Amino acid sequence: MWLWFYQLASPPHAYRLLGLWRPWLLWPAIALMVIGVYGGLVMAPADYQQKDAFRIIYVHVPSASLSLMVYVMMAVAAAIGLIWRMKLAHAVAASCAPLGAWFTVLALVTGSIWGKPMWGTWWEWDPRLTSELILLFLYLGYMALRASFDDIQRADRASAILAIVGVVNVPIVKYSVEWWNSLHQGPSISVTSKSAIAGSMVWPLLVLLLAFVLYFGAILCNRVRGEILLRERNTAWLAESSLKS
Amino acid sequence: MQPGVGSLMGLVLARDLRLAFRHWDQVIQPLVFFVIVTTLFPLAISPSLDELRGIAPGIVWVAAMLASLLALESLFRPDVDDGTMEQWTLSGQPLSLMLLAKTLAHWLLAGLPLVIMAPLVGYALGMPESAWPVLVGSLALGTGCLSVLGGIGAALTVSVRRGSVLLALLVLPLEMPILIFGARAVDLAMHGESATGPLNLLAAMLLLFISLGPVAMAAAMRISVES
Repeated sequence: MWLWFYQLASPPHAYRLLGLWRPWLLWPAIALMVIGVYGGLVMAPADYQQKDAFRIIYVHVPSASLSLMVYVMMAVAAAIGLIWRMKLAHAVAASCAPLGAWFTVLALVTGSIWGKPMWGTWWEWDPRLTSELILLFLYLGYMALRASFDDIQRADRASAILAIVGVVNVPIVKYSVEWWNSLHQGPSISVTSKSAIAGSMVWPLLVLLLAFVLYFGAILCNRVRGEILLRERNTAWLAESSLKS
Repeated sequence: MQPGVGSLMGLVLARDLRLAFRHWDQVIQPLVFFVIVTTLFPLAISPSLDELRGIAPGIVWVAAMLASLLALESLFRPDVDDGTMEQWTLSGQPLSLMLLAKTLAHWLLAGLPLVIMAPLVGYALGMPESAWPVLVGSLALGTGCLSVLGGIGAALTVSVRRGSVLLALLVLPLEMPILIFGARAVDLAMHGESATGPLNLLAAMLLLFISLGPVAMAAAMRISVES
């Protein structure tokens, strides 16, 4: 039963499999996105306090949760690559970084657009916003470290160590920032607590979260295939398969 | 004969300190930098001590963080450039402990002077004397954390072209919790409150970084020297 897993470690098989998986992730993602957006923007009632402005959470919450999820996934892939010397895992980690960084940017931008009508300011040193910003810095550092090595294998291993150190540090950053803000609390800010949301508002959120995860999977397949092409550009199997097609 | 772990670390420490004292002008550079940066704030903001007092913990801590970052540049680079580090990785001795000893030497040379200088700088910024013990304590624990975290970053970037900007980019986000707890502890002490909470957290982080950091440092160094 582990055969498919071992096959995944071989670049030609992985390249083929990822190509097969991609449409099965992409099309459900698009379908769910349409359903979720319709549910969130049309069917869900306007919030009694925030009116229609709350609807941005349908983009904000999925991208914020993915920004963290992708970081953890990147670190796990990097650790697998470092420990078992699996080249494909490094390719996955390398592909995760720009995607995670963009989800983080999306979460920050939507958060600040939401903040303008709610808090009256584009930026507030809210603990969630601040820790999200630090997460973006961590992604940027990871990508900068990768980019500074010419040799791809050294880039893989060096950035893997950084990702692992970063993932140990992420909870410390998160709690320290929350603690910092709870003492510096200026104007009282409360993000609508999840349990307080009505069911008609919550199901599009869950649908969109799933859609974002599937979409991330599809784009990841694409990027990993790109990484495989980059890394295997001088190999025989690639020359053969490109001759065939 | 194989030296024991203790004597091995002692040898590394003694060597680094001796080398540093032969170039003592380089050793005091981060310290001068620390003082200069803290001088910039009164010039930029206001000479009034009442205004400076409120932001003094932040100024001292940011300046200490930047000074420690500046000093990291020379932590591993000379040894990597002249091949000493390559010999160390091949020596069969535990590299993580040797790097920990190097980091300790680095802290004694770059961190401890800041800790000693801090009350003077704090006084110049209007910090009350009652806050000095906490200022010194938080900086002593905090600069230790900064040295270990910075050491991981320095080991990762030591073989990279123009590594110093990259080093700042990698290390500063990781160091933010230390800044938060350190500046907070001083702030609490200045308002006459107990600062044991953030100090305990700093001590806990220092223990965590000392126990796990050298392993990451050694792994990073092995990648950097093989080429």
